[in-house]
Amino acid sequence: MNQTTDPLQPSSRMRWLAGGLIYLYAFITLIPLVWIFVTATRTPNDAIAYPPKLVTAPSPTGFVNLFTTRTRLSNEDLAALPPPATWYDNLVRKQQMVIAGPSSFIGRYVNSLIIGFGSTLLSVVLGTLAAYGFSRFRVPGKSDLLFFILSTRMMPPIAVAIPIFLMYRAVGLSDTHLGMILLYTVVNLSLAVWLLKGFMDEIPREYEEAAMIDGYTRVQAFYKIVLPQAATGIASTAIFCLIFSWNEYAFASLLTSGNAQTAPPFIPTIIGEGGLDWPAMASGTALFLLPVLIFTVLLRNHLLRGITFGAIRK
Amino acid sequence: MKAAQLVAPIQRRGTGLSDRSLAWLFCGPAILLLLAFNVFPLLWTIYLSFTNYRANRPNSPSVGVGFDNYSRILNDPEIWARLQSTSHFLFWTILIQMTLGFGLAWLLNQKFRGHATLTTIILLPMMLSPAVVGTFWTYFFQPQYGIFNYIVSLFSGTREFTMIGSTALAPWAIILVDSWMWTPYVMLLILAGLRSIPDYLYEAAEVDRASEWTKFWRITIPMLLPFLILALLFRFIENFKMFDLVNQLTSGGPGSVTELASITLKREAFEKWRTGYSAAFAIILFVSVYGLSNLLVRFLERVKER
Repeated sequence: MNQTTDPLQPSSRMRWLAGGLIYLYAFITLIPLVWIFVTATRTPNDAIAYPPKLVTAPSPTGFVNLFTTRTRLSNEDLAALPPPATWYDNLVRKQQMVIAGPSSFIGRYVNSLIIGFGSTLLSVVLGTLAAYGFSRFRVPGKSDLLFFILSTRMMPPIAVAIPIFLMYRAVGLSDTHLGMILLYTVVNLSLAVWLLKGFMDEIPREYEEAAMIDGYTRVQAFYKIVLPQAATGIASTAIFCLIFSWNEYAFASLLTSGNAQTAPPFIPTIIGEGGLDWPAMASGTALFLLPVLIFTVLLRNHLLRGITFGAIRK
Repeated sequence: MKAAQLVAPIQRRGTGLSDRSLAWLFCGPAILLLLAFNVFPLLWTIYLSFTNYRANRPNSPSVGVGFDNYSRILNDPEIWARLQSTSHFLFWTILIQMTLGFGLAWLLNQKFRGHATLTTIILLPMMLSPAVVGTFWTYFFQPQYGIFNYIVSLFSGTREFTMIGSTALAPWAIILVDSWMWTPYVMLLILAGLRSIPDYLYEAAEVDRASEWTKFWRITIPMLLPFLILALLFRFIENFKMFDLVNQLTSGGPGSVTELASITLKREAFEKWRTGYSAAFAIILFVSVYGLSNLLVRFLERVKER
């Protein structure tokens, strides 16, 4: 009966209203995301039905089309063929096509993995070293250097791409994995240095000083004392770098064309193969988004720090 | 006294390297990489901006043209029209995202059941690849069978209409999708701000019998100001650079109503191959975003000092 009324706590009616509105917003904001995953399990015809169908029988057609290239045949030619050997052959035949070969999706996905992990590793290693240096030593012009590192993020990517394009053409790094890894490393370095410096600043210097009294050298103290303490920070920084490289589009679309092309510039081109094949594109998109969705959930307590370059530490 | 005596011999011991050389050992590789991939390209862009170089004709000599590129850009009504589209996009996305983000953060701060999980769910769109998700939004906007158009038709009754194909609606389509992606960003920042306000301020106001309105304007807003400015700063920089999402949604069309500055830059540099001209445009864009964000940072520091 007699509720304790703490004036600072929102009333229960207020809470209900707030909860209701937030649930509504979350529902609306998730529709596009859920729809991508739903479309991935549809047939091309179901995907362009009007009014849009809420529930359809799941079909692997989108995934089959994603991983293959196909040629369209006339009915007579199709009838002349021997019966389909596998279930996916059969699915493709139903669309009046035959499989011509594997698509380049897997290759592009692997490129994304190589470039993503390669650049993440490099920027985290270099970033950790630099962050420790900035955090512990008197570096001449430190604040200017740190601000300069941040300001590199203000350049529109296209503006950066102009000289990089010429530079890579001159030294033969165009459309190579190494070129993209180096470029993403540099772009991520600003984030890595800023974030990691924040994490390093939080580790008390006394730990290393005590270790050095015990006879450790500075470098030993760094990797035996500081690195384990900064492990969480390093891991969350790595995930941020990985997500950035994974999602990046502007550089990838301008500087790669085949050999080192990543998934983001490739996925939009899926649509052209065999008419408006939304399920194939949705499958590619779904496979591409899934890792990021998982990482976001893992990272949820560090998100704020990452997206503000460590300006807000919570 | 004692501590100083202890510390002094330690620094002399060790690997034999002084702190100064260690500092360079730690920071050197990162700085070298930044010099090679940031400073050098920037200097090269500045040099190019004074020439008529064209990247698709590497063998033809490039001639210095002084400030010609700059004066041509600043006198080009087309460029001003593109900057106007960019401003329209910036103004509305920032206004919508700040208002909606503030509202959502305030609601989430009411700490109803499940608020932590819902925060994570609402954040999901901003972590995704704008280019890839942007491409998929063209499906939602399909005039014949797009789900966005279907939902709108349920409320308005218009059966077929086009969002990204219409000169009137396309600028709003990109604002809508950008806000869908980035409102959570602002929300997260403001939520952190709300949670950083110490309770005793409100308790004191309670003792003084201050109205909710007074508490809001005298406590909440001033305490939130650094967070609001920071959100504004980040959204401004990000959307000024905006390329991937809009390029995939409308690629600047129809006509050029959604052609933001970055898309113009890409056309000039990588389709028309006017490298010198686009280098000058790139420098102008960089200087503007750098100048404006510097102003915001100064303002932020003044607010923080208070």
